[in-house]
Amino acid sequence: MELLSGADMIARFLKDEGVEYIYGYPGGAALHIYDALFRQDDVKHILVRHEQAATHMADGYARASGKPGVVLVTSGPGATNAVTGIATAYMDSIPMVVLCGQVASHLIGEDAFQETDIVGVTRPIVKHSFSVRHPSEIPTILKKAFYLASTGRPGPVVVDIPKDMTAPTERYEYVYPKKVKLRSYSPVTRGHAGQIKKAVDMMLKARRPVIFAGGGVISGRASEALTDLAKRLNLPVITSLMGLGAYPQNDRQSLGWPGMHGSYEANMAMHHSDLVFGIGVRFDDRVTNNVSKFCPTAKIIHVDIDPSSISKSVQADVPIVGAADNVLNEMLGLLSSRESVNQDALEAWWQQIEGWRSERAGKLYEPATPGEPLKPQQVVEAVHKITHGDAFVVTDVGQHQMFAGQYYKFNKPNRWISSSGLGTMGFGFPAANGIKLNYPDDDVVLFTGEGSFQMMMQELSTCKQFNIPVKIINLNNASLGMVRQWQDLNYKSRHAHSYMESLPDFEKLIEAYGFKAMTVRTLEELEPALEEAFRLKDELVFLDIHVDPREHVYPMQVPLGAMRDMLLSKTERT
Amino acid sequence: MRHIISILMENEPGALSRVVGLFSQRNFNIETLNVAPTDDPTLSRLTVTTVGDDRVVEQITKHLNKLVDVVKLVDLTEGAHIERELMLVKVKATGSARDEVKRTVDIFRAQIVDVTPSLYTVQITGDAGKLDAFLQAMGPIGVLEVARTGVSGIARGEKILSV
Repeated sequence: MELLSGADMIARFLKDEGVEYIYGYPGGAALHIYDALFRQDDVKHILVRHEQAATHMADGYARASGKPGVVLVTSGPGATNAVTGIATAYMDSIPMVVLCGQVASHLIGEDAFQETDIVGVTRPIVKHSFSVRHPSEIPTILKKAFYLASTGRPGPVVVDIPKDMTAPTERYEYVYPKKVKLRSYSPVTRGHAGQIKKAVDMMLKARRPVIFAGGGVISGRASEALTDLAKRLNLPVITSLMGLGAYPQNDRQSLGWPGMHGSYEANMAMHHSDLVFGIGVRFDDRVTNNVSKFCPTAKIIHVDIDPSSISKSVQADVPIVGAADNVLNEMLGLLSSRESVNQDALEAWWQQIEGWRSERAGKLYEPATPGEPLKPQQVVEAVHKITHGDAFVVTDVGQHQMFAGQYYKFNKPNRWISSSGLGTMGFGFPAANGIKLNYPDDDVVLFTGEGSFQMMMQELSTCKQFNIPVKIINLNNASLGMVRQWQDLNYKSRHAHSYMESLPDFEKLIEAYGFKAMTVRTLEELEPALEEAFRLKDELVFLDIHVDPREHVYPMQVPLGAMRDMLLSKTERT
Repeated sequence: MRHIISILMENEPGALSRVVGLFSQRNFNIETLNVAPTDDPTLSRLTVTTVGDDRVVEQITKHLNKLVDVVKLVDLTEGAHIERELMLVKVKATGSARDEVKRTVDIFRAQIVDVTPSLYTVQITGDAGKLDAFLQAMGPIGVLEVARTGVSGIARGEKILSV
């Protein structure tokens, strides 16, 4: 029997759970835990420069690996700084365990120094939370936290740990709990057999079917099964923004992503379909546009592991609660013994889709010619080319995010890393760092803007300390582009606080941390700069790329319209 | 439509606030709320009445089921059920009203549980409608204070809500 203090239990548990890195920032209430981390070498702690960055680092790692990211912060401001990152993970169903120091038990409720009721603050944005009430509970609580975070519909779990729970003098028996059971939590795996059969029948009979696959296919590791099914039935595949990479985008059957800034063909196909097979998606408002005009002729099959996602915004005709891989494999099993799809109808449907595709091909934007200001879209395309479409692509939030999603083509899951649900500016840089740290041999590219980057640029210091050589593509349009776009469209171009008159000299700023930065203004400068940036494998490189500030993201759905109602450029609409 | 949802949840600190928080977070409404321990000391039973169409109520029960502290729940209004609420009311009881209150209390099968020269404290149980009717009957005489427990309920017949 081994006696350990609460703090040592935490360090030991993390090792036993197979955690390699944790991301955090020390402070009074967490000091016993930090001391325990100091006295061991198995779990490596990455010191960030702001707790929000710790959560985004853990989040980035979790999105890339599918495993929970782990964060350690102190009480009060340490914990409240983590809130935005917790909410970001919650909205995108990302597994994360956040360990928060708390003031000692006898001080709770006294408004003690650095006290915040973080369990209360985070209640609406966590999958679950725990407060430790006795040191001996620590191994079980942590195991439950990891189990909850990573199973079912994943999400963040907060563990609040009062300082006296980790006191070095209080020692208790430590056994690593291999398994935990919660009587009130048993995520569904298998879908209802009858419903699955019904869904397959509908897919075979459909005349204008589309697959709509989301983040659940990626977190449920079901990309392969999805690809199999789509190939077998020759169905068009649309993925949500969260689902980018769940189906290879270099394949003919991929139509891109739908919604507000989705592709023309994805929006048109979805609108005109007679069957939407939704899997691991939640039909959020950025996809559906006006729900009452959503896919007027389509029946909806909706597969999700979370029953509350089904029929939340769009009423499902065939709801199936189950894990994506399980349901897809059962469908594949049913197919082998059944008749084939509605060939003639499907042929005609594909013709229609190809028509939409070719209608917009080559008309998506006007690339800059030499001498003109660069278009952000062409920068993304150039990065795609130089990284062979194989990099981890991390974004911040705004126009650059949409351009990255539109023009970088993803052929693998877990490569597109973006705060889609919460839309957290500042997410990108720390998330990229979290990935690069864990995947040192892969290219990790951050697409950011001067607005988002300045929200987390203190992390340059973290990169310096831990030598994290990410490539930063700063699409600098000297304005908050997406805000500006909305102001152009809805506020007669009154640019209230959407431009930045006092940008730093990014080259000098980056160089102050000892990194390489280059400024790019023209097409001629672009390729050589990218080549150099990616040649310097072991260095952080920041490319400050000045792009045309007048550029808008298109297509853009018309507010309150149907999916097919889109602005296609500044002068065209459907 | 009005629904009565009964929930067995872990008797843990914070469990109640998760349930209540869910309602405000998702813009669901709570008409009444009633919570107490059960015969199993690890479980509390919480009963909530809420108003919403089928779609809203379906979302409510799904989201409640998602809470890790919620072990089991039932929408009692889906079947035959017994609904009870207890109310304590102080009513003016002076002059001729004193007899009138006593008579009404008898009609409603309520009880007078405390007496002063100027008021009666009445205890009454029943479904929410009966309690409302009593208050209406007492209205002209003078209701001084009302304490209601909120609805509690249980299914009729063999159906049992347990772990």
